[in-house]
Amino acid sequence: MSRQTSRLDAKKVNSELFTLTYGALVTQLIKDVDNVDDVNKQLERMGYNIGVRLIEDFLARSGSGKCYDFRDTSEKIQLATRMYLGVSPTISNWSPSGDEFSLVMDSNPITDFVELPDSHMGLKYSNMLLGVIRGSCEMVQLEVSCWFAQDQLKGDNTTEIRVKLLRKLEDSVPAGED
Amino acid sequence: MVKIYNLYIFNNAGTLLHYAEWNRTKQSGITREHEAKLMYGMLFSIKSTNKYALHFYETPTGTKFVLNTDSTAGKMTEFLKNLNSQIFVEYAVKNPMVDLSQPIKNDLFSAKLDAFIKGSSLYVS
Repeated sequence: MSRQTSRLDAKKVNSELFTLTYGALVTQLIKDVDNVDDVNKQLERMGYNIGVRLIEDFLARSGSGKCYDFRDTSEKIQLATRMYLGVSPTISNWSPSGDEFSLVMDSNPITDFVELPDSHMGLKYSNMLLGVIRGSCEMVQLEVSCWFAQDQLKGDNTTEIRVKLLRKLEDSVPAGED
Repeated sequence: MVKIYNLYIFNNAGTLLHYAEWNRTKQSGITREHEAKLMYGMLFSIKSTNKYALHFYETPTGTKFVLNTDSTAGKMTEFLKNLNSQIFVEYAVKNPMVDLSQPIKNDLFSAKLDAFIKGSSLYVS
């Protein structure tokens, strides 16, 4: 009984540690980098670096193969969000051509406890998430563009990430030696 | 019905006598000569066995595992999948100090890989 409780607590502690660590990272970046736009760029780049590795873990754990179409991709991103952030987003607002969708989250675990001050309204606090999606998609040959359509930190009801497929990347051939 | 991609014929010195292709969909981007050298090199190192099996497993991200065994091995897909998830992902991908664009220089990875192979019930030295 008590062992089960401590396992549950361990999960909860991890989530808070994650949230606080992310917050410390953003705070430090703001201290180190004057410009809010640069902070946004750094967060996205860090997310990208995480994404290119996270995809391997996701594929190994979920046993997923290649996606049939972009809808399949959206479902896998949804699954990964559940796996890594512990929240279940909904997929909605598909474009007519099927190359753009929304990932809608009612709660965003990395923004628990966070309030954006007026002086930093240009900060895209959760920008790292966009980079993660971009980096992981690139590793499976999809070039995507992501942005926030809604952000709870900025007063919206939900946090909505828009994901658009730009193009499929061709398999690159290894460079020959001269 | 078997799809035949291509054929290499080497003489005993490793010189490519003849190369022909019928259904090659992808080019390797290196010269024919270089490719032949690589092919011969690989064959040379497993020359001591008469028959062998080559197992191939590729992840959707393009990570490729090539495992050569004797011909008594059955399907090794599960084995390679586990190798990927338990060793490669755990000790290479998840280690930020490991550069995945270069040969992996990490003792922990090598040790865990070695233990995995030797510890598997399929391994016979």
